[in-house]
Amino acid sequence: MHEMALAESVRGIVEDAATAQGAKRVKTVVLEIGELASVEVEALRFCLDAVLRDSLADGAAIRIEPVAGAGWCPACDRGVPLVQRYDSCPHCDGYQVRPTGGTEMRVKEIEVE
Amino acid sequence: MCTVCGCGGAGASIGGAGWSKAARAKGGATRAWKTVTPAHDHEHSHGPAPEAAAAGEDTHLHAGHRHLHFGVGPAHAHAPGLTQSQMVKIERDILGKNDASAEANRKWLAARGIFALNLVSSPGSGKTALLVRTLTELAGRVPAAVIEGDQQTEFDAERIRATGVPALQINTGKGCHLDADMVARSLAQLELADDSLLLIENVGNLVCPAAFDLGEAHKVAILSVTEGEDKPLKYPDMFAAAALMLLNKVDLLPHLTFDVERAIGYARRVNPAIEVIRTSSTSGEGIDEWLAWLERGMAKARGARAAAMQRDLSARKPDAVRAEPVDALPAPLDELAANGPVR
Ligand SMILES: Nc1nc2c(ncn2[C@@H]2O[C@H](COP(=O)(O)OP(=O)(O)OP(=O)(O)O)[C@@H](O)[C@H]2O)c(=O)[nH]1
Ligand SMILES: [Mg+2]
Ligand SMILES: [Zn+2]
Repeated sequence: MHEMALAESVRGIVEDAATAQGAKRVKTVVLEIGELASVEVEALRFCLDAVLRDSLADGAAIRIEPVAGAGWCPACDRGVPLVQRYDSCPHCDGYQVRPTGGTEMRVKEIEVE
Repeated sequence: MCTVCGCGGAGASIGGAGWSKAARAKGGATRAWKTVTPAHDHEHSHGPAPEAAAAGEDTHLHAGHRHLHFGVGPAHAHAPGLTQSQMVKIERDILGKNDASAEANRKWLAARGIFALNLVSSPGSGKTALLVRTLTELAGRVPAAVIEGDQQTEFDAERIRATGVPALQINTGKGCHLDADMVARSLAQLELADDSLLLIENVGNLVCPAAFDLGEAHKVAILSVTEGEDKPLKYPDMFAAAALMLLNKVDLLPHLTFDVERAIGYARRVNPAIEVIRTSSTSGEGIDEWLAWLERGMAKARGARAAAMQRDLSARKPDAVRAEPVDALPAPLDELAANGPVR
């Protein structure tokens, strides 16, 4: 979904931080993308490649760290692994599982010089 | 241009004529904003100043030149004597800026008791027809305004204006969703009455608008019966984000094999709490129920504003209260009213 808009937000965040550091160039951008965040990682890379051109992060390496999905089943009152956001509970087959992890979309850190 | 959804990159504009300003270049493209042609016939004096709009854009500096690439070797690798590289922790949500802007909109709306809804659906589910029907039924009883989001054309805003309700058209260009900043600019241009109803028709798209909070009280997902009952499972994020699903165009059910219960079951699978109303703008079925739902939401927004004013008044010193005219707004609300959403 909307990977171009996400890429533009990443550019804004990276440039703000790099400018605040007085950096001349951003060498690496590290993103944290949860497995439940509905982000097509390959599409995001493609968009970042276009969006970061002519920015401080032009040509920067993009490292994407996945975060595993996790959920909570209120019926079973326990945490369960969650591979897809709207999957059923592996224990009771109920569809009440609420995601507790893996929904994040974050710029974690950058490497500057 | 995004190969997935076509987001971003192209020009977006609010309303018809007026000043336009080239904002920062994004990947070689330019995003221009324009002010609106007033929906009614008097002059507006409260549109955002170009400087204010500019401040809303990213104003940070760019290296205005192309770089040579020196390869992207392992992190921290550098030769002695060359510039040191260092890792900088950031930990910021990618959608954080939109979320902050949406929160400012939400506060601004709450301070004025305005009940705002974000209507989301695939193209052609009947959003505008439903709005026209709704506004016609509400005519005069409830002050209302509409923000229309489409990639191109003023058609939908014109359909709304024909009901006598002010409408602001946002054209997103290639953008496939409204964002909170577009709505913030619209709020500064629409003359919204206190305790009124604000209906925002998002761009027809079952995917992207789910992720962009506009500051609305609720998202309302509209699913027309011609689209198939599997949509809540195919596009779960949208139905998970919505408080209410309008199962629309039910007048067509006799001609289709659409299984209503199955569609509702799928919606509840991704969102156990979702409310459902079956509607048809053509036959009028369910419209009363939908209007009642709206009235409840508006009453809640009104009540919250009144309670906030009461709290604010009782928090003041008794002599300060006495010194002021009874009908004056408490200071924080006055400030909001004068300055629009705080950025
Ligand atoms: N039978 C029937 N047709 C409807 C109903 N509501 C809308 N339509 C028809 O559906 C078509 C699309 O309606 P719109 O109101 O333009 O739909 P929309 O969701 O605003 O479309 P976009 O803004 O382009 O995404 C039109 O031809 C309407 O006449 C309904 O309740 N019943
Ligand atoms: Mg429409
Ligand atoms: Zn369970």
